[in-house]
Amino acid sequence: MPVIIETQGNALTYETIEPEAGLKAALATSRADLVDTIRDSGLMGRGGAGFPTGMKWGFCAAEKADQKYVICNADEGEPGTFKDRVILTRFADLVLEGMTIGGYAVGASLGIIYLRAEYTYLRPHLNDVIQKRRAAGLLGHDVCGVEGFDFDVIVAMGAGAYVCGEETALIESLEGFRGEPRNRPPFPVVAGLLNNPTVVNNVETLASVAAIMAKGTEWFKSFGTDKSSGYKLFSVSGDCDKPGVYEFPWGITVAELLKEVGGEGAKAVQIGGASGVCVPARDFERRLAFEDIPTGGSVMVIGPDRDILDVAENFLEFFVEESCGQCTPCRLGNPQMLEAVKLLKAGACPPEFLKNVKELAGTMQVASKCGLGQTSPSAFLSILEGFGDEIHNRAAGA
Amino acid sequence: MATTMTNDELRADIEALVERLGPGRASLIPILADVKRRFHEIDSETMQTIADVLDIHPVEVHSVASFYAFLHSAPEGQFVIRLCGTLPCDFAGKQAVADALRTELGIGFDETTEDGLFTLEWTSCMGMCDQGPALLVNDEVHTRVTPEKAKAVVAACRAAAVAKEA
Repeated sequence: MPVIIETQGNALTYETIEPEAGLKAALATSRADLVDTIRDSGLMGRGGAGFPTGMKWGFCAAEKADQKYVICNADEGEPGTFKDRVILTRFADLVLEGMTIGGYAVGASLGIIYLRAEYTYLRPHLNDVIQKRRAAGLLGHDVCGVEGFDFDVIVAMGAGAYVCGEETALIESLEGFRGEPRNRPPFPVVAGLLNNPTVVNNVETLASVAAIMAKGTEWFKSFGTDKSSGYKLFSVSGDCDKPGVYEFPWGITVAELLKEVGGEGAKAVQIGGASGVCVPARDFERRLAFEDIPTGGSVMVIGPDRDILDVAENFLEFFVEESCGQCTPCRLGNPQMLEAVKLLKAGACPPEFLKNVKELAGTMQVASKCGLGQTSPSAFLSILEGFGDEIHNRAAGA
Repeated sequence: MATTMTNDELRADIEALVERLGPGRASLIPILADVKRRFHEIDSETMQTIADVLDIHPVEVHSVASFYAFLHSAPEGQFVIRLCGTLPCDFAGKQAVADALRTELGIGFDETTEDGLFTLEWTSCMGMCDQGPALLVNDEVHTRVTPEKAKAVVAACRAAAVAKEA
């Protein structure tokens, strides 16, 4: 019996996608047209960084190599994110379909699902789906009878490291090394796994690819905004009545989302996980979209009675633990921000120290090697900015 | 425990793993995960043997094992209980669960019980944020954990250990 962990939410578009329709449509298209179709759809990476998927595929397709890879990034470690768990549980076939379409588009013959260790319970389920697809001719030699298109998928396990969600750290981990991010360029699309051209896409991105190929780019673009096409899955947790996984078109306001999940009255919402920004109630009319608040979909609702500094402290403890330690700004900067928050909580943070730590946070944003250190100051800085009065009053002993 | 095996047995065991997983460096993490799951520690002799079989320096093996939270080499209990420490689980009441686990097991976090059954650790976000507090017992996920439920989970592990001995 597979382990099922139920998660509530609203109706998901993925429920309505006809199985294998996307794969069949893709295989009936030339590789160049397929990449163009994904480019035209405006699909941007759903893991959080938002890089245009078609462009990524185009770069990889243009490389000449004997071996290329498609990696599905299922190292869902951003705090407050669990939509990939739901997709892998309920729509694993769509994800594998997306990987197969990607393999066809870029000319790869092997796909790898990099699954975080915390989701080990999902591994038998994924292997089972893969096995069934092989038996049905949807993976393996001459996929769907298309001569010369061989594509198979394996599952590889993570081992407990948030930073391995960063694509070059993920590749290092797959190669058997410490999950320390590489310098870029070269980007993985040029020199990735074992130095071969490699596409790394998020679970949701790949499922969306299958949906786009099944229903068309115009259909996909009918959701969302001009600059953020399509719909998005949001992982909603924290102080609300109905936490769960929700699908909304890009462009929904924070207030609208909170109404759907029973989170009205929140004092703030942390969007994008620990590496995201803390949005105070006065900004709840802002939109979730690449042009306003971009996000991988983590929405943590912070109720009126919470201490905002506890929130900052929790995130910074996380980053101190998860920094890989390779580059100096991240290794040393995170503990300094944590120290500042602890002092603020005690009402004992010297203004000069806080000023220096804020400057250091700015340095981290530009000088850290990977996204971890570049984004870990976001919550800290947005909390200082958004909740200056609350923090100041406390420092004054009010 | 790996240490109860002879050198030859250990080597044969690692060679069998490499046979199954492949001879390349990419097998290192799956090998370490397998050793950890079966022996609950990765001792220096095992690291040396893995290094020999993969033809890499033992320091490389140690460097990888020490990087990943789920692979670190120190001896752990048969049951590693990891409680999620991240914000949504914090909001949902992780502290009461932490207190219950400490009391029930008689150890603090990052400690192992004297009988070698349990290790208690904090872990980063496990992706169960809609149904916290969440904990992992080895690979098994438990959600909406209350102090009472935590005690029941520990009791079930103890019963499973007794059944295994019998």
